[in-house]
Amino acid sequence: MSRERNLAINIHHLTRVEGHANIHIEIKNGKLIEAQWAIIETPRFFEVMLQGMSAEQAPFLTSRICGICSISHSLASIRAVERAMHITPPPLAEVVRRLAMHGETLQSHALHLFFLAAPDFAALPSVLPLMESHPEVVRAGLQLKELGNQISIAVAGRATHPVSLVVGGITKVPEKQQLEALRTMIQERKKALEQAVTFFEGLTIPDFSRETEFISLSNGVTYPAIGGRLVSSDGVNRDENDYLSMTNEYLRDFSTSKFTRLSRNSSAAGALARCNNNYHLLHPKAQAVAARFGLQPVCHNPFMNNIAQLVECVHMLEEAEELLGMVFDMKGEEIKCHYTPQAGAATGAVEAPRGILYHHMETDDEGKIVRADCIIPTTQNNGNIYDDLQVFVEHLLHEGKSDSEMQLLCEMLVRSYDPCISCSVH
Amino acid sequence: MKLKIASFDFTCCEGCQLQLANSESSLPDFLALLDIRNFREISSERHHDYDIALIEGSVTRQDEVERLLAIREQAKVVVAFGSCACFGGVNSLKNRHAISDCVDTVYGNMVVETLPVRKISDVIAVDLAIPGCPVSKAEVERIVVNLATGSLPTLPAYPVCVECKQQLTTCLFELGEICLGPISRAGCNAPCPTGQSPCLGCRGAADDSNMPAFIALVKERGLSLDKLREKLAFYNAFDPLPQ
Repeated sequence: MSRERNLAINIHHLTRVEGHANIHIEIKNGKLIEAQWAIIETPRFFEVMLQGMSAEQAPFLTSRICGICSISHSLASIRAVERAMHITPPPLAEVVRRLAMHGETLQSHALHLFFLAAPDFAALPSVLPLMESHPEVVRAGLQLKELGNQISIAVAGRATHPVSLVVGGITKVPEKQQLEALRTMIQERKKALEQAVTFFEGLTIPDFSRETEFISLSNGVTYPAIGGRLVSSDGVNRDENDYLSMTNEYLRDFSTSKFTRLSRNSSAAGALARCNNNYHLLHPKAQAVAARFGLQPVCHNPFMNNIAQLVECVHMLEEAEELLGMVFDMKGEEIKCHYTPQAGAATGAVEAPRGILYHHMETDDEGKIVRADCIIPTTQNNGNIYDDLQVFVEHLLHEGKSDSEMQLLCEMLVRSYDPCISCSVH
Repeated sequence: MKLKIASFDFTCCEGCQLQLANSESSLPDFLALLDIRNFREISSERHHDYDIALIEGSVTRQDEVERLLAIREQAKVVVAFGSCACFGGVNSLKNRHAISDCVDTVYGNMVVETLPVRKISDVIAVDLAIPGCPVSKAEVERIVVNLATGSLPTLPAYPVCVECKQQLTTCLFELGEICLGPISRAGCNAPCPTGQSPCLGCRGAADDSNMPAFIALVKERGLSLDKLREKLAFYNAFDPLPQ
């Protein structure tokens, strides 16, 4: 039946993703000619803008790389600069920073799961009609997103483009009442999370696997957030400063976002990679939810990244509660250290919501940035999305899917990665 | 009647569009005022019969110019949405470098089209500006209500210091920092200085701000004019200091 099938799918500016990218698929006489994932976002040249900027100002600039994961960018720059200048931030600052990361991840995952991904599963164009057909589900999603934002606002001063995360520590600790309100909110929102889990349990996750290499941070003690070893599911384990050998960036002439590779032709970063590489460090309640969806390491189904995000929401909520307790206990401790600018070079790696994020900063002895390099999670997923599409389209052809089913499923595949496109081009 | 609105993103981080989906508790009421005709980031439905166009981001490529001209044809009200749209924003820092250096540094020999950064009003006429990096959702809500009720939206004329003092914040100058609060337009409720982090003036200059007096203040406090230059250049929202 498929032997004489001809089909051209041209999705110009894919919807419900952050940024501008196209999907082109061409099938002639039943054979796949091309399946292309092409990012056409305009570059902003952050690495060039950073040249000559004072290191203390750099995190305020790099947070503007991304409107969704600005806290991750800020903290990656802060970590790179602190390591380059041998600055050790006070312990309370580190706890607050980790909490800020959790708030951001919760917000970002909820935005993706409910606003960007869920409408596909209900065959709807957006969350707006979903608000009418499934009001309780959307309300639960909004409550989780709001919780994430409220955590970030309380501990970083603002949800988008944080104000109080700085080189040397933080500028402000939340007031006691704010912390108490957050604690209550976390407890209340656990019910919304359970509702979300039940909703996703009722959805059919496409059954498709392609073996790949998963890359994440790992520290062996806690679920990764800020800094650590660079590891892969193929057994790679390297120092944080060795980020270039983990990424091996290269250019494709149809994309303004670069591609990367490690042991194979492509690799993946993000919630699924973190879960695959750090499963035993997930909170027991998060592991229990993973088990409900049959998510076990190493899972090679890219659509399960949605479920991995949901599992991480459970983890983040539980750990945020513990971290809040620590902030209470540490109240009054130092939050910012004095430092003398110095020349140096180092990498700061963090687990942004969409995966491992590297900022590398070189400073001069006045504390100005001499050279900067930023490698974004979506950049590290481009090769995997591209390679997935080749195999997935063949798979769908074999299954005899209609043209419209094929287009929807390819869009869903790409959305599963939660690509952050303007971020990846930066 | 609901406002027929569309949201378009150009060269930027899309953080201002994201604010539209924030303030979750008032989101259903906010959305009830709007008939969203075109908003690629959140919806696969795309219609071209909108009256109000929110434009986020700055202009850095020719295809963006074409898109903007088409939007101007359709929209009755074009809103420059956020600091990148209003001033060029942080993206403008690129303009201190030669285009060829930018491309060489990031892409080597690959051909990548990029133009010097422009704000939206450099390309098409803008009817309304909502500055901010990111925009303040509370202000956006207020302006949307203005538009829905047919009243004229305005921005506060006074500086950020007014909103900062109302929250009894210790002045950043007392902590030895240069804060652009005294010369920057309020309306954000001062999240930066109240978070003990200096204002970087993302909303541009307040009406009648006294720059000479501000420079004198920085000098009097013995603070660095180079640092002041760096801050003033951050969003391309102020005139540069004379060297």
